[in-house]
Amino acid sequence: MPGSTQIPYRKSSWWKLNQQRLTPWIFLFPGLVLFLVYVIWPIFNSLYISLLQWDGLSPAIYVGFSNYIELLDDEYFYISLINNIKWLIFFMLAVPIGLGLAIFLNQTIFGIRLIKSLFFFPFVISQVVIGIIFAWFYNPRGVIGPFLEAIGLGNYAILADEDFATYGIIFAGIYPQIAYCMILYLTGLNNLNTDQIEAGRMDGAKGLSLFKNIILPQLRPATFLAIVVTVIGSLRSFDMVAIMTQGGPWGSTNVLAYYMFETALSEYGYRMGYGSAIAAVLFTIMMFYILFFIYRMYKSEKKGL
Amino acid sequence: MFPIPIQKRPLINQISYRVLIPISLLIWLIPLIGIMLTSIRGLGDIAQGNLWGVPSEFLLFSNLKDVFQNTPMLSYIMNSFKITIPTMIGAVALSCMTGFALASYRFKANLFIFFTFIAGNFVPFQILMIPVRDLTYQMGLYDTVTGLVLFHVAFQTGFCTLFMRNFIKALPNELFEAARIDGTSEFNIFLKIVLPLTRPAIAALSVLIFTFIWNDFFWATVLIQGHHAMPITAGLKSLNGQWISAYHLLSAGSIMAAIPPVIMFFLMQKHFISGLTLGASKG
Repeated sequence: MPGSTQIPYRKSSWWKLNQQRLTPWIFLFPGLVLFLVYVIWPIFNSLYISLLQWDGLSPAIYVGFSNYIELLDDEYFYISLINNIKWLIFFMLAVPIGLGLAIFLNQTIFGIRLIKSLFFFPFVISQVVIGIIFAWFYNPRGVIGPFLEAIGLGNYAILADEDFATYGIIFAGIYPQIAYCMILYLTGLNNLNTDQIEAGRMDGAKGLSLFKNIILPQLRPATFLAIVVTVIGSLRSFDMVAIMTQGGPWGSTNVLAYYMFETALSEYGYRMGYGSAIAAVLFTIMMFYILFFIYRMYKSEKKGL
Repeated sequence: MFPIPIQKRPLINQISYRVLIPISLLIWLIPLIGIMLTSIRGLGDIAQGNLWGVPSEFLLFSNLKDVFQNTPMLSYIMNSFKITIPTMIGAVALSCMTGFALASYRFKANLFIFFTFIAGNFVPFQILMIPVRDLTYQMGLYDTVTGLVLFHVAFQTGFCTLFMRNFIKALPNELFEAARIDGTSEFNIFLKIVLPLTRPAIAALSVLIFTFIWNDFFWATVLIQGHHAMPITAGLKSLNGQWISAYHLLSAGSIMAAIPPVIMFFLMQKHFISGLTLGASKG
């Protein structure tokens, strides 16, 4: 055994007897405590705060579910919720587009490795930078503006258009997400079972039918992961909104993540309770996916044991 | 191999593929190329709408100098490093331990703790925001690098534990058993057997965490207020407000923000991808 040392055997010392049982807890202790304090406890604390009326400074007043009841009448809450659904739907496009790109790039020609990494670039870069770039692109005096003017559309600014601004942001948000899905699928394509494909080809499977019946089932794990990260990415859409529009014009690009921040921590007021109620809604939506993910992992764990 | 290797296709396909690849790459990277071109231009070009043509002056260095002299950019970058590197070390170190504990010992709460780490890792940040901000405030760490690092370490430990635990679990168990029979203590099993074998996982996690934290914007906004502790993402956002139309300066700043993770990615590409695609090939 490389590196193993003989430790003199001390008979029946308490530590020796309990070592196996205690060691995992000693190793878990620092990480687990930090995680409980900073991640798990705050979840429950937030759920509690959502029942309060509190500005963060003066004493909090317990108000029961009235924050949630107020939400039901809040126009901006609905706008945010609908925008979240738009994000979710359009973000899903990143999965097939990423798959398409991966298939397109899955060749062995000179320099392909570099090309793949360059395609992956947008994911490595901060969303703040991507947001700044796209905001500038959309600016009437930026990149697309002069182009639109040239074809006679005047100085149209998508981010100032109540009806379409959200799509402008989603488009920017999808860009790095496609790169992420692409890399997941590239790995998946790399690990395909060659025998099965050859057998399929021998049986005359070609093009679409080969893809549907043999390739896609083998890519299931990649698809699963791509969908999970894309759903989570779409619900976490904060950075882009904060950089590109700050929820405007007139709240039309708000999403729950940003609206919550705005309610609780911005010049619009310090309504901690109301903000927490919004966060709780977002959390409930996300929990649905988390449980789905964990259920799948749990099943594969059981199989593995 | 899927799709069929291009080399087995007719010559005409091969040629068009080779032409199509650089063209599509160019289109794909238009946003990034745009910002690079802008960062070398002067205000004159931008005002005249010369965005894609040959720049009339090459001003990259003067733009960069402008950014560094007239804004706290240097301090933003330093802060980003001060936040990112300790987080990286902290989260990876803690998760080596938690991952080892969850991977190599059987005890009742094992799976429950493991799934708690995973679930916590996916929650929306907003549900943590107010309590974490409060807690940081009460510890006197609001608006400090330390306060932000502590939270980042805690949160990233979730993802890192998932990764480490699965990695260590895949190591052959006989190694540990043999060492135990030899009388090796549990701590020495961790130090002398597990740690050396997890080096690839440590590398993968380090680059991933570096990139995640370097690019973090939300927590920097929530836990930091002043320029003295602000990382580059939040700094860029505040410059974005000041320089509504100074896009040449903004792009120079953006490039500064983009360079470190890009370099990290290129140096550690293999590890980076193996970290991100965790589970994409199996499971």
